[in-house]
Amino acid sequence: MAGLIIAESAIFTIFVVAYLFYLGKSITGPTPREVLATPIFYTICLLSSSLTIHFAAKALERDYTRLFLGLWLLTIAMGGLFLFGTAEEWHRLIYEHGLTISTNLFGTTYYSLVGLHAFHVTAGLIMLSLVAIFGFAGEVRASQSGRVAVLSMYWHFVDAVWVVVFTVVYVLGR
Amino acid sequence: MSSNVITAAVGQTEARPWVDELHQWLATVDHKRLGILYIGSALLFLAVGGVEALIIRIQLMHSHNNFVSPQVFNQMFTMHGTTMIFFVAMPILFGFANYLVPLMIGARDMAFPRLNAFSFWLSFLGGLLLYFSFLGGSGLYGAGSAPDVGWWSYAPLGARAFSPGHSSDYWTLALLVSGFGSIGTAINIIATILCLRCPGMKLNRMPLLVWMNLVMAGMVLLAITPLSAAQIMLLIDRYLGGHFFDTQAGGSAVLWMHFFWIFGHPEVYVLIIPCFAFMSEIIPVFSRKPIFGYPVMVAATVCIAFVSMSVWAHHMFTIGMNSYANSFFTLTTMVVGIPTGIKIFNWIGTIWGGKIQFKTPMLFSIGFLFQFLIAGLTGIMMAASPFDWQLSLSYFVVAHFHYVIVGGILFALFAAFYYWYPKMTGRMLSEHLGKWHFWLFLIGFHLTFDVMHVPGILGMPRRIYTYEPGRGWDTLNFIVSIGAFIQALAILVFLANLIISYFTGVRAGNDPWDAWTLEWSTSSPPPAYNFATVPTVASRRPLWDLKHPEDPDSRYE
Repeated sequence: MAGLIIAESAIFTIFVVAYLFYLGKSITGPTPREVLATPIFYTICLLSSSLTIHFAAKALERDYTRLFLGLWLLTIAMGGLFLFGTAEEWHRLIYEHGLTISTNLFGTTYYSLVGLHAFHVTAGLIMLSLVAIFGFAGEVRASQSGRVAVLSMYWHFVDAVWVVVFTVVYVLGR
Repeated sequence: MSSNVITAAVGQTEARPWVDELHQWLATVDHKRLGILYIGSALLFLAVGGVEALIIRIQLMHSHNNFVSPQVFNQMFTMHGTTMIFFVAMPILFGFANYLVPLMIGARDMAFPRLNAFSFWLSFLGGLLLYFSFLGGSGLYGAGSAPDVGWWSYAPLGARAFSPGHSSDYWTLALLVSGFGSIGTAINIIATILCLRCPGMKLNRMPLLVWMNLVMAGMVLLAITPLSAAQIMLLIDRYLGGHFFDTQAGGSAVLWMHFFWIFGHPEVYVLIIPCFAFMSEIIPVFSRKPIFGYPVMVAATVCIAFVSMSVWAHHMFTIGMNSYANSFFTLTTMVVGIPTGIKIFNWIGTIWGGKIQFKTPMLFSIGFLFQFLIAGLTGIMMAASPFDWQLSLSYFVVAHFHYVIVGGILFALFAAFYYWYPKMTGRMLSEHLGKWHFWLFLIGFHLTFDVMHVPGILGMPRRIYTYEPGRGWDTLNFIVSIGAFIQALAILVFLANLIISYFTGVRAGNDPWDAWTLEWSTSSPPPAYNFATVPTVASRRPLWDLKHPEDPDSRYE
């Protein structure tokens, strides 16, 4: 998983570089300053899901299965909420501001960078949900805590990437 | 076994062993079988890429030739480059890594056997996808078209307006898919080496081959992924109307170049470092001496990997970067020469004073040393940006990188084939045919690629379809083409040797070369579980310790 994370980081680096490189190079509007609003609530959601998954994995290590399941579901809920936030933002951008991936360079780089991240959140949510299903079937016990720890590592990575994306898109980019 | 059930149900009792065998190969997760599948598929693509090279050379044999149309010529050099890099060199080196790394560290398989199989099939099917473009490149109406925009697919050539139809999509998707395969294999190699070493196999006791494959796998993670990212961007441009590389909407063609070469240059080292690894195993055995300067070799490898991540823009001196960038990339490129030089001196130090046995693997290794040195020297010449301004995009560059890839990588690979073929099949390759192969290939190689430098200096641009007579290029190009055919002949000798020796070769036994690393301690070919009991090692040369209990290496380490 560490290897995968290195590889994924390199992919994200390229997209971040592209985003930064094309900042302010769009020929037509809308610009980031005009249309982007900082999604503070959803960011808090995603970042705190890192905490819940961490404690969920710890709980599983000590074989507190119910606590584990509870925290795990909370993680999924907050991840889902974040994804909803992204969807809401995209809906607003597309229907109110007419910004699509082919509108201008900002659109191209914004949707691909944030979309790449959202894709990773989605993939993570699918994996988390699978674990939850197995959890309800009573199949996830302390003996599986190693695997769950690997998955939580991936989730931490997705959150860490969001910190970078957030900084680049919503702080530096405006 | 599910296969038994299936074959019994169909009722093919007579064909059962054959079907069974095929099923076992297709569904295998054994690192040795996957290694051989990698190597076999790469040899297949080598033959195809070789034919494309011959078509290019026939076309350029004399001026005003029209053996193929310009369109086909463009497809040929694009497909030749793409095939040779992504579907020959990478898989064949992964194949050797797959086969040898677990054996050398005393493991029973790779860390993730199923990921291993998945990665192989991704790479292989990526190659088939690329070649399907010949049929489906224009969307299955009429004749298809292969990608024809060069293996760099520079923007805006790769954009929809300039590359209509689907030929570029096949290129993009094939590389994306095989790139994911490469990442999977790299993760697997790293996990195997870090987690599955046998007792006593400390990091500083690993064979150099294992060390260098570890470094190579680390580089794959950082080098292939930028290409994958760039391919995703290209797909967004082509299918979703994005503007990453669309200059008319403010996008940048230069950014594609940067992304491509951030992959492209480390890629050269991803290919050459495993070849250094072969050399570091083969040269000591045939000089009857331990490798000279083991820790320095490891340090030099890591150093090359590190520096090679910051040299990519030396491919772009002619696009008009500012003078600071030019100086920086000139400097870093020249710095790579230092650790590489250290390695060459270490190999010479190993040979020096040894009892040299000129078996075929050693012949190819010496060829490698000599040619790789020259390739490095022309590399240093072009690292100087003013010199590069003169010769960039000429046949001098083509000669330089073929010197690296054929004179270096391919020679090292041939050495590896002759050295490890007995382990893989249980039979020795014929020395007689091996000598023919070596000398024919050596002569063909030097005829082609030594001479190819000259038309480059005389101004012949690369990727040119044909040329005017009277520029002094005709005779030179004719010689280059003759050399290409001699090389093709040598490859045929090699393939014949592979096949004939499989059936009639001398039986190899466990350890035909009196070597020192763990793979020679098990039978040839090794059983599915590799080692009946997991070995324990006490030095860098475990088999030396075993054969010379009175004077083991472990006493000196």
